[in-house]
Amino acid sequence: MISPVQSIATLGGRVRRGITGLGAFMRLTGAILIRSGVALRRPGLVTQQIHFIGNYSLLIIAVSGLFVGFVLGLQGYYTLNRYGSEEALGLLVALSLTRELGPVVTALLFAGRAGTSLTAEIGLMKAGEQIAAMEVMAVDPIRRVLAPRFWGGVIAMPVLAAVFSMVGIIGGWIVGVLLIGIDPGAFWSQMQNGVDVFNDILNGVIKSVVFGIAVTLVALHAGWTAKPTPEGVSRATTRTVVTGSLLVLGLDFVLTALMFSN
Amino acid sequence: MTREKTDFWVGLFVLLGAIALVFLALRAGNMSSFSFAPTYQVQAHFDNLGGLKVRAPVKSSGVVVGRVASIGFDNQRYQAVATLDLEQQYEFPSDSSASILTSGLLGEQYIGITPGGEEKMLKQDSEIQYTQSAVVLEELISKFLYSSASKEGGADSNASPASKP
Repeated sequence: MISPVQSIATLGGRVRRGITGLGAFMRLTGAILIRSGVALRRPGLVTQQIHFIGNYSLLIIAVSGLFVGFVLGLQGYYTLNRYGSEEALGLLVALSLTRELGPVVTALLFAGRAGTSLTAEIGLMKAGEQIAAMEVMAVDPIRRVLAPRFWGGVIAMPVLAAVFSMVGIIGGWIVGVLLIGIDPGAFWSQMQNGVDVFNDILNGVIKSVVFGIAVTLVALHAGWTAKPTPEGVSRATTRTVVTGSLLVLGLDFVLTALMFSN
Repeated sequence: MTREKTDFWVGLFVLLGAIALVFLALRAGNMSSFSFAPTYQVQAHFDNLGGLKVRAPVKSSGVVVGRVASIGFDNQRYQAVATLDLEQQYEFPSDSSASILTSGLLGEQYIGITPGGEEKMLKQDSEIQYTQSAVVLEELISKFLYSSASKEGGADSNASPASKP
């Protein structure tokens, strides 16, 4: 039988642990940012990480973008066709990709493809006591391991989101113009009339940068705090995907409310 | 993988991102409609701007000759004031008139310039004297209702507020 005092204590303990976790996350973030000078002093480390995070994610991002564009083109056509405004398909595809789908879907895929590999790598370094060995050799592991990965992720994410949007628009064009036969002039000119460089494209890029920061930090923190056991690493990897994806969706709501509310 | 090879692939990756952004800005966005031609600014007062937005096109005979630079409210004359950026290659007589028009039935609003017959041309900071406000659909409908109601009632149309020009 649990006494009321005990249950209140359990609740208090949960809140305290939550706040402690948030504090640890923020401290790690601060520590990474303070030691970010290494990105300028040894850019080779960051390039290596961009290659690992960005180039290897390019294929999955491009293929997903293409199919999302296909689906947008088909679904948009079916709906717009009822109102006799198929020409607005280009506008629909471009706006939904640059404003929402590009940054969000890229960030979700990024959490699954790059975030997990970051977490697993750092978790296994910890399990193999490589992090401890670095500390013994007076090499700061946050500076040497975490900071380059952070900047690699932050730089790779907007690039991937831009590629996703571009490939998606090309996918919408393939379905809309090549397969269904919408007039290409109307397709592009409606798009150009409706999509604003600053309001839509730049805000999409800002979103993707924010998501890049969030997902990379979550992945690094999960790996850094993983228990150095096989089970601990697998739990940390799961945590990266779950927390990262939820954070992206929540942040997206906040950013959309801020950017497009007028 | 060697350092040079990694650098090459990362360079290619970043280049691809830049190409994607340029594609989005030029092909999907309205960057290509940004005109960097030298412009001169003129002002125009309107009783009602309707739904006119900043960066809406300014057209003459259907050709885009400039953009709306800014929209404000003149507290001395209690009128809306729009500043227009006109491209320097297009010149208009100083008695030209500006009216707010709508493209299509429910499309976006733009400013149309009808050239006058004066010898002098509009210059930087000059003002367009003759303006015509936006047509507000609700006013149009209420005018129509008033006038048809007064016709049916047989009242003299001069008394009706809607018969004012």
